[in-house]
Amino acid sequence: MSEYILEMKGISKEFTGVKALSNVNFKVKKGEIHCLIGENGAGKSTLMKVLSGVYPHGNYDGDIIYEGEVQKFSNISDSVKAGISIIHQELALFPDLTVYENIFAGNEVKRGAFVDWNQTVVEAQKMLKKVNLKVNPETLVKDLSVGRQQLVEIAKALSKEVKLLILDEPTAALNEDDSENLLELLKGLKQEGITCIMISHKLKEVISIVDKATVLRDGQTICTLDAADGPISESIIIQNMVGREIKDIYPKRPNKNIGDKILELHNWSAFDVELGREVVKDVDFHIKKGEIVGIAGLMGAGRTELALSIFGNPKSYKVQGDLLLNGKKRKFTHTKDAIKAGIAYVTEDRKGNGLFLLQDIKSNVSAANLKGISSNGILNGNEEIKVATEYKKSINIKASSVEQNVGNLSGGNQQKVSLGKWLFVGPKLLILDEPTRGIDVGAKFEIYTIMNQMINEGLSIIMISSELGEVLGMSDRVYVMGEGRIKGEMAIEEASQEKIMQLATH
Amino acid sequence: MGFITEVKTLIKDNIRDYGMYIALVVILLTFTIMTDGLFMSSRNISNLLDSAGYIAVLAVGMTLVIVIRHIDLSVGFAAGFLGAIAAIFLTQMGVSVYITVPAILIFGIVAGLFNGFLIAQLGIPAFVATLAAMLIFRGALLRVTEQTGTIIVNDDKFNALGNGFIPSLMEVNGLHLLSLIVGLIGVMLYVYSEFSNRRNKVKYKFDVPSKGIFALKLILVSAVIAYITWILAGYNGFSWTVVIMLVVVIIYHFMTTKTVLGRHIYAVGSNPEAAHLSGINVKKITYIVFGSMGMLAALSGILFTSRLQSATTTAGTLFELDAIAAAYVGGVSSAGGVGKVTGAIIGAIVMASLTNGMNLLGVGISYQYIIRGGVLAAAVIFDVMTRRKRG
Repeated sequence: MSEYILEMKGISKEFTGVKALSNVNFKVKKGEIHCLIGENGAGKSTLMKVLSGVYPHGNYDGDIIYEGEVQKFSNISDSVKAGISIIHQELALFPDLTVYENIFAGNEVKRGAFVDWNQTVVEAQKMLKKVNLKVNPETLVKDLSVGRQQLVEIAKALSKEVKLLILDEPTAALNEDDSENLLELLKGLKQEGITCIMISHKLKEVISIVDKATVLRDGQTICTLDAADGPISESIIIQNMVGREIKDIYPKRPNKNIGDKILELHNWSAFDVELGREVVKDVDFHIKKGEIVGIAGLMGAGRTELALSIFGNPKSYKVQGDLLLNGKKRKFTHTKDAIKAGIAYVTEDRKGNGLFLLQDIKSNVSAANLKGISSNGILNGNEEIKVATEYKKSINIKASSVEQNVGNLSGGNQQKVSLGKWLFVGPKLLILDEPTRGIDVGAKFEIYTIMNQMINEGLSIIMISSELGEVLGMSDRVYVMGEGRIKGEMAIEEASQEKIMQLATH
Repeated sequence: MGFITEVKTLIKDNIRDYGMYIALVVILLTFTIMTDGLFMSSRNISNLLDSAGYIAVLAVGMTLVIVIRHIDLSVGFAAGFLGAIAAIFLTQMGVSVYITVPAILIFGIVAGLFNGFLIAQLGIPAFVATLAAMLIFRGALLRVTEQTGTIIVNDDKFNALGNGFIPSLMEVNGLHLLSLIVGLIGVMLYVYSEFSNRRNKVKYKFDVPSKGIFALKLILVSAVIAYITWILAGYNGFSWTVVIMLVVVIIYHFMTTKTVLGRHIYAVGSNPEAAHLSGINVKKITYIVFGSMGMLAALSGILFTSRLQSATTTAGTLFELDAIAAAYVGGVSSAGGVGKVTGAIIGAIVMASLTNGMNLLGVGISYQYIIRGGVLAAAVIFDVMTRRKRG
């Protein structure tokens, strides 16, 4: 048998036209801790989903060789049976069940046809001991801290006799003590011969624990670094992560005409009541007229939360600090106040909370500004068609008519409908959250061109983006966020991919 | 050739909307044939529409409630209770009918807003909140009718709402003149609005359907209005119930299709989060929809009490489920954001036609329930299938 427990050979995976993985090779030795690194969207999670059977055999190209045999998983339970367990960023626990019920959910300890609860508790205690978690197995999972919940997840994996444990950003939501604890545990598991693949953005952690690190970029394997060949340094990893050259897909904006500050935030914090933690911490921020300000950062850095806290606070965070619009202190209690004040927010999740998918293009375009097509509360349907048709032409929405349902459009065209909707509001400040996520290159260029047009018309744009190329290509100034804080601010001339990554990963 | 293909694409594109009209026509024809024309007699149709009235107005409100992804189980006993209050006002307290009716409608709005408060403000699932309200109204109805039992209403004006007809002015060949005039005005208004719509579209330089299609639509709809008018004029003319029903449909149809408020309701239904991010006050819309539901429940209670000329201890039992069934037959979708007021009325008439037709045929009550259940299931299956094809 080969020394590799897992070999993934030539894996390719496509999502309706977009290549998420192309010819990825990934090898993991038995008993090592192997880290998978890359920017958001580099293909890490997709690769792990291929491995764990979320995307069944036949849905991707290439071979998975696990324990010396080609595997054809058709669903997750196949991979679990083979000893592969994946622990996602969002934990898959049942918050209202006890610890022992959670550990054996789907894998119940049975006597005959019935669940043997007493034996379950005994077994659960054994598992909890293995992960060094000292809690009463009868505790409800929701009463545990996130760090402890993570340990319950690992205990659950151990109960299934896991051989290959995959952790997707295990420490993203943990504080330092809990993180350290978890890393120690992983080292312990290694001693017992359990192989571990870890996806992480925290490079310090990665360096402290891994045997090997594989870097993915744009769906391709870039390199595998081996700690045995000498210590892995952060700078090498970052270089490999961002190494791509910025292609000339960002249209130039020749005459910059930057004016006074339009929006300022001072000591701005937002507390998410549901999550029970602060998602935006002590932010100082400003944007000037005619400026594109990029906000870079990794997932969970608090960028969207910051945007929502400005845009009328629809998630009802407890917000503290001052918001100044054109130098005047303002407070928005509903999105409609923010819209009235000239702020527009184009969401990152256009299908989830941006568009009305069952409705047609014209209703979507007019949705945030029905005043513009009505008088005394009565709609003028013809005016609506006219307005929508104008936007369809000016921002090039490809559809047979404005009466086509938005749900049937491609991602790029849906995004353009979103943009049209918010342009029709006539905003002064446009917040674009991941404006080109899941869009092909051609449509991206069109959206950048529209952004430049809007700037020329005197708008200001805050662009939240996880694509560093886009941030560097389009912004006049860049903020880097991490853990809810502004980690750094720089003029575009001073900004580089390495610098941003450095700030974002600390 | 061009005309035929245009008709074909029109039907194909709108099969979901036309489906229930086709179903209604099939049901009407079937019963007419099976009863040797008795079903389509003036008297029976008049009766049928009157018996559909109190469910139809509920179905209109229920459609909007379902459009915003909620449900209201309390409307049945709310109607029963408010109907009983109306009876008490008129008999024991001697309040005039002109005060009673608006007062009851306002009580209905208040009751609906209370449901809205539980659902929008406190975030209680509509199913539970309105189930609780249903029990409360049921208790309240028993409470107010406990001592007297059935309350007989003697107020002629009030009873006319459920039993009376608009005055005839004079008879022409045994036909009800005012009804004919109303029907004629209806046709004229319809033709005028279609022409002005078309003119407006042309002014905006939009495509309009070809002249042939336009004429066909005008003739078809005018013929239907004229035929119904003629049938009703052959008996006692338009009943007050039918007039009220028409007024409710016209107001709600206008509100849902032509106003900002209507657009907001459908936006909240199709994606509440996106609606919120578009600056729409989701809570306010929830209040308005439940408030309107309460008002229509009150109206339903008034119609039912007036029809029976009395308030009974069990009035309103299962109205809510009939209304929900009518709304679903009318094409509303529980996924939210889809459903028309006109559909709800057609749904209510379909259900009433089934009951009426089967009664004429002497079908046993046990089979009646089974068949109505089957029709409801078939309507929803049709809805799901056509949507899947398009999606």
